[in-house]
Amino acid sequence: MGAQQREYRQRSRSVQSTKKITRAMELIAASRVVKARQRVAETTPYARAITRAASAVATHADVDHPLTTKREQPRRAGVLVVTSDRGLAGAYAANVLKRSEQLRELLEESGMEYVPFLTGRKAENYYSFRNRPFEDSWSGFSDSPTFDVAQEISERLIGEFTRGTDEGGVDEIHLVYTRFVNMVTQEVQVTRLLPLEVVEDAAPRTPENGFPLYEFEPDAAEVLDALLPRYITSRIWNALLQSAASELAARQRAMKSATDNAEELIKTYTRLANQARQAEITQEISEIVGGASALADAK
Amino acid sequence: MSALQVELVAADRKVWEGEASMVSARSIDGDLGILPGHTPVLAVLVEGEVTIHTSGAPQNVTIDGGFLSVDDDRVVVVADRVDAGSLSASASS
Repeated sequence: MGAQQREYRQRSRSVQSTKKITRAMELIAASRVVKARQRVAETTPYARAITRAASAVATHADVDHPLTTKREQPRRAGVLVVTSDRGLAGAYAANVLKRSEQLRELLEESGMEYVPFLTGRKAENYYSFRNRPFEDSWSGFSDSPTFDVAQEISERLIGEFTRGTDEGGVDEIHLVYTRFVNMVTQEVQVTRLLPLEVVEDAAPRTPENGFPLYEFEPDAAEVLDALLPRYITSRIWNALLQSAASELAARQRAMKSATDNAEELIKTYTRLANQARQAEITQEISEIVGGASALADAK
Repeated sequence: MSALQVELVAADRKVWEGEASMVSARSIDGDLGILPGHTPVLAVLVEGEVTIHTSGAPQNVTIDGGFLSVDDDRVVVVADRVDAGSLSASASS
């Protein structure tokens, strides 16, 4: 076998094993994305119950809660950036980081300091590679987050918010995550988490005759005290789960196109190898024919 | 007397849904019992047991704090974590 032919066959074999890997990753992502979507759906009752209750308190009791009060002249804005731990998911992490950079510019234009909080190793690497400081980070769970993590993040963020800029905290908290629309579309979303606007959020849920007149036990302020942190946690929890589903969907798509590309390459290399083989055969034949006619001429 | 529609919701799933004649839980101010026809209430619950009296045996679950809302005989108990080990499978929807 000629050297050229061997080289093509070798390359085609290596692409074949790459294809096996990407195909396996595609299948894994495809099966896990189903689970991830289920988890998003399962949290809906909790989120709905909390939103309903929180807006009921907000509409019926005229209480000002620190978590819903806008600060005058906010100076520091915390941003929670939700990315993945691993790559090989197309532009998933890059899209989130790009949006967070846009948000940073926007915040800095309005005179605020950008204070990043990160989740996912991709974001951590992005910041540490550029030698940029970040306030805190969580990683190691991006494709299957647990409620404990959501609670930990929410406690930390609420803590920072309650302290306020004067004591080294923040005045606003924003959230950048990827919303799972469907298997082909995932959108990066930027929302403000704190200070809260519960009422606006719940407006479409309000039934025609409004909420019943609740009695609060022990009183409205304390009910809000217990509810609002849970509301924040459920928002973060939901964002983490949606991001996980988006990550897996993005990975599935990226791996699908990698597999397709590998197939294309294998086809090309097979063609080239065949061509090389044919050229070799043709050359051999013409050598034999040439040799034979040279012998005949010599007689 | 109509029955209560009870929903027990944890952060990651809906744990239980069904009819009950009475629900009791521990709020910040003390134990709270809900019977059909109760006035709308939003109460903060502390860590402890929630008992749901269904047509069969009463169901006990342990929650780690949350809240309870009653509205027109619909009771929603929301908790971050629910230990539903003792909840009978047949009652679960």
